[in-house]
Amino acid sequence: MATVEQADPVLKEDGEGVRRRDFINIAALGVAGVGATIAVIPLVNQMNPSADVRALSSVDIDISSIQPGQAIKSTWRKQPIFVRNLTPKEIAEANAVNVSTLRDPQTLAERTEEGHENWLITLAVCTHLGCIPLGAGEGENKGAFGGYFCPCHGSSYDTAARIRQGPAPRNLEVPPYTFTSDTVVQIG
Amino acid sequence: MSFPWAKHYEPKNPAMRWIDERLPLPRLVYSAVGAGYPVPRNLNYFWNFGVLAGVALVVQIITGVILAMHYTANIDTAFNSVEAIMRDVNSGWLMRYAHANGASFFFIVVYIHIFRGLFYGSYKAPREMIWLLGLVIFLLMMATAFMGYVLPWGQMSFWGAQVITGFFSAIPVVGEPIRQWLLGGFVPDQATLNRFFSLHYLLPFVIAGTIILHIWALHIPGSNNPTGVSVKGPQDTVPFHPYYTAKDGFGLGVFLILFSFMVFFLPNALGHADNYIAANPLSTPAHIVPEWYFWPFYAILRAFTVDLSFFGLFTIVEAKLLGVIAMFASILILFFLPWLDNSPVRSGNYRPKFKIAFIILVLDVLVLGFCGQMPAEEPWVMLSQLAAAYYFAHFLIVLPLISHFEKPLPLPGSITEAVLNKHRIKGERDALPGMGSATQPQPAE
Ligand code: HEM
Ligand code: FES
Repeated sequence: MATVEQADPVLKEDGEGVRRRDFINIAALGVAGVGATIAVIPLVNQMNPSADVRALSSVDIDISSIQPGQAIKSTWRKQPIFVRNLTPKEIAEANAVNVSTLRDPQTLAERTEEGHENWLITLAVCTHLGCIPLGAGEGENKGAFGGYFCPCHGSSYDTAARIRQGPAPRNLEVPPYTFTSDTVVQIG
Repeated sequence: MSFPWAKHYEPKNPAMRWIDERLPLPRLVYSAVGAGYPVPRNLNYFWNFGVLAGVALVVQIITGVILAMHYTANIDTAFNSVEAIMRDVNSGWLMRYAHANGASFFFIVVYIHIFRGLFYGSYKAPREMIWLLGLVIFLLMMATAFMGYVLPWGQMSFWGAQVITGFFSAIPVVGEPIRQWLLGGFVPDQATLNRFFSLHYLLPFVIAGTIILHIWALHIPGSNNPTGVSVKGPQDTVPFHPYYTAKDGFGLGVFLILFSFMVFFLPNALGHADNYIAANPLSTPAHIVPEWYFWPFYAILRAFTVDLSFFGLFTIVEAKLLGVIAMFASILILFFLPWLDNSPVRSGNYRPKFKIAFIILVLDVLVLGFCGQMPAEEPWVMLSQLAAAYYFAHFLIVLPLISHFEKPLPLPGSITEAVLNKHRIKGERDALPGMGSATQPQPAE
């Protein structure tokens, strides 16, 4: 019995095999360990975005007043977004690029909606470390590839908002959106 | 603990004896920072900076707890509450300037403290644990200072939080979820500010706890010294009190004069004007710079501009991830230092080649710091690439090679011998007899 074994643990030290007491110890610690691990889950999870932040919000943007060559800044889920009306020249430039040479290969068509190829809608969040790139406002630096330029660490995006130069690894992200009419686009 | 000749605590008055018998706290203090702690007799002023760092932490905690009485961690009111601290709260401006500049002074002091250790080989056996705990404190300090800087919710606060949490999104697959977990959202927002305040309040006390371990580890072998030669006997040491309490007290006076000068005459010199503009999530400042104490690391982060690829065919590691890895590695590498430098000689004073490499390293870190606050343009990018490369080469190539090939200068037989020789030479030069008496200095009490 366990109590008898406990009486002379020193003598038992070289004994082989698992004693009943060892088994109970390991089992008890194992259960306690699992319990502690489970208790940690909510402690860690509480830091994830809460329901109100996650709630999928959508915004309607009126694009009727954006002329070709112009862009506006708006927000979606508190993140800034760019809505840009590309000129035919910018579209041609974007299509002239050999996609396989790109860091994040994507065609302009894959980044826009069919029938609305001139509307380039992206997050305004540099994929490097999250600054807002320049290039949407009048007279702002559009960088070496005519799209957007991030002043933080010098990433340049082209007219399809694809990364062309600098430390950013990916193209500006395209959020989910639908055209609810010819002049209104719903983001989200 | 400590040396066999350390004096034991003998309570002088009955009240202290009564306490000591029930809670040996007086005994602990006496043997830790009192006459019961023998310290090498030859420490120079570089040995002041540990105590100064401790004082800086106390200043931060006192001013911080007071600021927290007036500060509100809410994205709509945080900026205004800090302005109210500056304008309306009685002496609020003093508390805030002392806290903001206190952080800078804390880092100045700690950087000197770290480079002291680097030069005198204080990271070597038997002091590895002290060194490792010190690096943990340094990491905690950086986290604390970063989160503190977010609290005023100015432009630099917001965009600093955005960029620094962006580091984590570089990690493949789990990066973006980790970033959202840290922020509690997709961008820095209310959840972010609230948790940063909570942690900014907590971490200084974690630092205080780690400092206790750091000092505990220090008291096992005792302090290193400018010769790097181990203590051999009672003649090599003097009691901490009154000798080093006095020396540290003098250093503290100088520190407080410089600190007061900054707080009262140049309170914003180390800060950034953009942080007096309330956070605007829709406009990135033209030039984001972290606080000066992060510049060298920021330069390393930005030094990586091209992906590591397999002969240009496919990417192995993205530039963004490389930069982040390098930045963390620049600190992590210090954890391995005790095993990278194999020279048995501790002090740089007796290592002619190491001395040169050390000076180059200091200059290299200064260059990195300078590049870190310049815009990400040439020639600064190129310069930070070279300097970052040298930084790693110093620890991974130069130090191991030097410790292999270098012929150290002859070491003094003991600390006392080194001290007496110095005095004798000086004495002969000044033609003054009687310098460098061989008797061991006795404590004043
Ligand atoms: C390791 C010690 C600490 C460091 C390095 C540190 C650093 C900082 C920094 C750099 C700032 C931004 C200052 C500014 O630009 O206004 C700050 C703000 C703040 N800290 Fe600390 N801090 C420390 C300890 C504490 C403690 C213990 C508290 C207590 C609650 C505290 C409370 C605050 C508050 C309320 C603010 C916002 C008000 C302000 O911006 O001035 N700090 N801290
Ligand atoms: S955040 Fe845009 S280049 Fe770094």
